[in-house]
Amino acid sequence: MKISPQEVAKVARLARLDLPQDKLELFAGQLGDILGHMDKLAELDTDSVEPMYSPVEHTTVLRPDEPRKEHGRDEVLGNAPRQDGQFFIVPRIV
Amino acid sequence: MSALHTKTLTELAGLLQSREVTAVQAVGACLDRIEATEPAVRALITVMAGEAMARAETLDAEGPDPSKPLWGVPVVLKDLLTTRGVRTTCGSKILKDFVPFYDATAVARLREAGAVLIGKANMDEFAMGSSTENSAYFRTANPWDAERVPGGSSGGSGASVAAGQCFAALGTDTGGSIRLPASFCGIVGVKPTYGRVSRYGLIAYGSSLDQIGPMTRSVEDAARVLQVIAGHDPRDSTSVNAPVPDYLAGLGRDSLDGVTIGLPREYWGGGIDPEVEAACRAAVARAEALGARTVPLSLSLTDYAIATYYIIAMAEASSNLSRFDGVRFGHRSQGAEELIDMYTASRTEGFGDEVQRRIIMGTYVLSSGYYDAYYNKAAKVRRLLRQDFDAALGQCDFIAGPVCPTTAFRVGAKADPIQMYLMDIFTISLNLAGLPGMSLPVGLGTDSGMPVGLQLMGRPFEEADMLSVAACLERNLDPMPLPAL
Repeated sequence: MKISPQEVAKVARLARLDLPQDKLELFAGQLGDILGHMDKLAELDTDSVEPMYSPVEHTTVLRPDEPRKEHGRDEVLGNAPRQDGQFFIVPRIV
Repeated sequence: MSALHTKTLTELAGLLQSREVTAVQAVGACLDRIEATEPAVRALITVMAGEAMARAETLDAEGPDPSKPLWGVPVVLKDLLTTRGVRTTCGSKILKDFVPFYDATAVARLREAGAVLIGKANMDEFAMGSSTENSAYFRTANPWDAERVPGGSSGGSGASVAAGQCFAALGTDTGGSIRLPASFCGIVGVKPTYGRVSRYGLIAYGSSLDQIGPMTRSVEDAARVLQVIAGHDPRDSTSVNAPVPDYLAGLGRDSLDGVTIGLPREYWGGGIDPEVEAACRAAVARAEALGARTVPLSLSLTDYAIATYYIIAMAEASSNLSRFDGVRFGHRSQGAEELIDMYTASRTEGFGDEVQRRIIMGTYVLSSGYYDAYYNKAAKVRRLLRQDFDAALGQCDFIAGPVCPTTAFRVGAKADPIQMYLMDIFTISLNLAGLPGMSLPVGLGTDSGMPVGLQLMGRPFEEADMLSVAACLERNLDPMPLPAL
């Protein structure tokens, strides 16, 4: 399995990462090796197998929809890099 | 009381309850031990000296409480469990100033049981690694040999317990991250059944794989800690609402009559270091002498487990780590003028190489055109792996094998990512299947002189039986020495 530095750059962009050229090339080689290892799964016939996404396969857990207040606004905003006491502040969007 | 740090949690808890030792003395002994050993071991990112001592003084003023099984016991937490008011870094620069405003459920339960939190342990960044060399802060040394790794990703937790800095630590195990460092550091490490312990407040890596568990110097110690942290939590929809049995009740058994132990040929075949195989075989022979019957069996999909695991773990990681965007918590890059650029720069600056590699791999296997070939394929193989285990555990009560093909390797020896991933060959299947397992120290390797761990794996929610078998074996093996520090 070969993967090009350009492909790595495209996936990195999707994941909101911006890698320098040398790291794109390093990752391209390593990711190709890892994907090559993963291709081993193609040996197994899984046509009639249901995927298992979690060991706990119970149905959605429901609870009464009751309002609760467990944390104050100050606590929730406390770790924000920028906030004004009411809102998270981010760079302009438009 | 100079040798307090060599005692087990069980011994200390008894001395605290009978007031032969005060909580202040117990915490003081650990803080002294931390001061003496940290220069060499470097297990802790944060030492909670002031807070721990204040808490110990409060406990002493109130007096011992027999309803609190960990009253006054100093405990260390892997630094991805949120602690109210105490910095929680996840081993990453992106969370270097993160101070949570809530406790993880497992942490809250430790506090309610009277435990004193004394430190936050080093780890591979976001629990991605098998050696604790991937921490953004520093590497942790193995207390048995500073030139060797403690295992990972809960390497700080394992090293701290082995070095006598605390009486128990919590780790987390996504693909072996409790069992591997327990094996490499010569201590007991338990990975409970998926759903047994609430993951609320565990900063997620692979949500369908992660599980919190105890790391201790004896099986009974691990049982005592598991007793406190296990149980249903409405805040974690994957925590299972099943009764928590008494994990201490069965620890006194003096024989293994009637116990059948399965030995999968894939775990005992080629590729294991002779010293690991010898120590594990000797322990199994001891189990047989105690009355256990052993049966050969096969876990024929073992060769597919690493590929399955890394696809699923990286996919889940790429999704989980999307929350680190520089908006609500964590590092924000300065200077980016637009929102998307701010996300990208914050993440690029904040995450280390292995985390970036796994996010990119995970994004790739989830992306349009590859989702079925990789992620869905892996999810199907995962079910086959679980069926493989269910069939094996129909022929025996427990499965036994080495935790790892080698003892602790040297720092820098696994520079290639795939070489590091292969260290997890015997541990990852259990997380995919969601079953309980543990590492029990069974002696020192004859070549390396480093600890060897035997892995026991069992049926879902049968931790009590697994601990009783391990405790019986532990009592009948030569006592595990402590590292000379």
